[in-house]
Amino acid sequence: MKVILSGNEAIARGAYEAGVTVATAYPGTPSTEILENLATYPGVNCSWCPNEKVALEVAAGASLGGARVLVAMKHVGLNVAADPFMTLAYTGIEGGLILVCADDPGMFSSQNEQDNRYYARMAKVPMLEPADSEEARLMVKEALDISEKFDTPVLLRTTTRVSHSRSIVNVEDEPSRAIRPYSKKAAKYVMLPAFARLRHEEVEKRRKRLIDFATTHPMNIIEKGSSELGIITAGVSYHYAKEAFPEASFLKLGLSYPLSPELIKDFASQVKKIYMVEELEPLLENDIKAMGIKVHGKDLLPRTGELRPEIVAQGWQKNIWQGVNAPATEKLPGRPPLFCPGCGHRGALYTLKRLKLTVTGDIGCYTLGALPPLEAMDSCICMGASVGTAFGMEKADPSAWQKTVAVIGDSTFLHSGITALMDVVYNKGKTTVIILDNGTTAMTGHQDHPATGQTLQKEPTYAVDLEALVRSLGVSRVRVENPLQLDAFRQAVKEELSVPEPSVIIARYPCALKQRLQNEPPLVVKENCIGCKACLGIGCPALSLEETGPAEDQGLTVAIDEDICNGCNLCTQLCRYGALQPGEGKGETK
Amino acid sequence: MNKIDILITGVGGQGTILAGKILGQLALNANLDVKMAETHGMAQRGGSVITHVRLGEKVYSPLIPLGAADFLLSFEQLETMRWLPYLRRGGTIIYHTRSLAPLPVLCKQMSYPAHIPEQLDALEVQVIPVTGENTPVEKNPRVLNITLLGVLSKHLPFKQEQWLEALENTVPPKFLDLNKEAFLAGQSL
Repeated sequence: MKVILSGNEAIARGAYEAGVTVATAYPGTPSTEILENLATYPGVNCSWCPNEKVALEVAAGASLGGARVLVAMKHVGLNVAADPFMTLAYTGIEGGLILVCADDPGMFSSQNEQDNRYYARMAKVPMLEPADSEEARLMVKEALDISEKFDTPVLLRTTTRVSHSRSIVNVEDEPSRAIRPYSKKAAKYVMLPAFARLRHEEVEKRRKRLIDFATTHPMNIIEKGSSELGIITAGVSYHYAKEAFPEASFLKLGLSYPLSPELIKDFASQVKKIYMVEELEPLLENDIKAMGIKVHGKDLLPRTGELRPEIVAQGWQKNIWQGVNAPATEKLPGRPPLFCPGCGHRGALYTLKRLKLTVTGDIGCYTLGALPPLEAMDSCICMGASVGTAFGMEKADPSAWQKTVAVIGDSTFLHSGITALMDVVYNKGKTTVIILDNGTTAMTGHQDHPATGQTLQKEPTYAVDLEALVRSLGVSRVRVENPLQLDAFRQAVKEELSVPEPSVIIARYPCALKQRLQNEPPLVVKENCIGCKACLGIGCPALSLEETGPAEDQGLTVAIDEDICNGCNLCTQLCRYGALQPGEGKGETK
Repeated sequence: MNKIDILITGVGGQGTILAGKILGQLALNANLDVKMAETHGMAQRGGSVITHVRLGEKVYSPLIPLGAADFLLSFEQLETMRWLPYLRRGGTIIYHTRSLAPLPVLCKQMSYPAHIPEQLDALEVQVIPVTGENTPVEKNPRVLNITLLGVLSKHLPFKQEQWLEALENTVPPKFLDLNKEAFLAGQSL
């Protein structure tokens, strides 16, 4: 049957059809929907894990226990999981293990655009790269077969344009789900140095066998076209190149690591010139140049950002598409993403801005607080970095603790903030940490985590008690505050910054998208508005100034878009003139 | 059938992805190839979003090349201007005339571009403004995406039954009647 699936939905489908029985992940754009979809199929034990390292370790155990396993993460998630990944390459597997890593060239929702194809080379693990949804489905199955045939974890590397594109997929029936019986093989799975040395020899033998395997692999396809130009490519870049050079010869690498010199040399002998079309790093290009083959690639194409059909065409001095003579778009007002109406983060970050604090930030919706008009963030490096960074600033300047706070979301804190807070306590820091607890993993689309009390399948489970957790680390000053009660929240921050010991403020307010308030929008009293713009400082999309009314200053008065106002009443706390008065039904949720 | 490239633009939350899914289903039901590319993640939070839709006998890239789109289907005036470079010469713009001020405009740091309809009319393309007056969009802005599909349907080689079938396959049952009404309203504009 033919259906339209996104790349991520197709990966889930492929895993189901391939008999995967255990799957783990931590949510991260563009990988999140893989587990969300796989969890809708029967017979697959799917779970969100606190972080990617745990996800891969659970997956490794499930493989050892004989199950076929899928583990999914975004590209930077593999940095977190790199430790088990590198050694899993040595131990090999029992049940097939596929690690899906979704790269984000162009950084649509990421802090960097690292090229995770390096990981295949570093771990000496085979890698497949689908170009569309149907290939994604088929390659999951192929990856699991390769995993079992060669006793290795296998990387399936997607990019945003594969994970988040939709195309036609032929769905098939599921096979039987057999679990291999467990038998102890300590020399293979206990990576003591003596055993690991033997395993590394095995990894090298495996790599060589995989090179032979790649020579004739059916997913490494030569498409014969013109002998003038040969294009070597993999993943979605294939489609961009096909669009720009329909007449060229192609070598499309589905099994893109390890490379077979025999296959590459065979293709190179058939064409006059070779154009390497790959996003980000020149990895295929360098490997192929090392075979003594002359190619063009990054001399013509950018090493940053994602490729597009017209970029691939222009790299080879070809202009194909003639657009309209559009007016310049650079000077148009931007439309940056922003906090939703009713978001608790807005109150927290507004307070930190007003207190003129240095704010070490973290990964989540609240990172948007770095943008105007709040501009209340000084750093954001990776998941969990806020706490260590704040503590580090205190080490550089012993008075910094009085004017520095770390902000970190609930899901991010559980992912990798706990150990850094432990460090603050252990090494006698005075850091103030604000856990922005909206009760969900919001940015990626509201996934559950260990403190929400629900599993991926929405079954009730134990919810981590954040206050108790933080206390158990040795933080005695722990308080819960509502970030939308501005006076009280500001007072709490000031108090904790004045105390020379570690403290944690849990700024608790449910995600506005998940739990809509039923408050009425504030009452606007136009006569009272002087157009001072104080309320606009919070960057709420429901607030604007209208050029009407009897205002003295610039003739502007405040207006509320009642269609999108959430009734959080944050703006009413900023108006000193009674132009915005609280709506009714305060604080109750639907 | 020749390949048709449609770029759908709007503001996060306006339903560009659903509009793309309906077009995709339409193509699938008609035994055509189709590819779509969407905006997810951080940019969705009220930001500028686009969905690429390409259908035809065989589709390679999920991204429409710059300057190749046959149709620009836009849910907001400013976003029409922003994504205009994707439109090919002689293409068609179908846009909703409502303007949604982005943050720099709300804060009076920048002004919303003036005379967008006039700027669009000056281009050598077909321009179809849609006010939404006398359609379900007046009462319920959430069905704007479907009404604009109704307008688009008059320019694509599919029958009304095919469109309605695609809606049935894609939209949750409890919203189906509302969406059909919104679609037919767009088609009759």
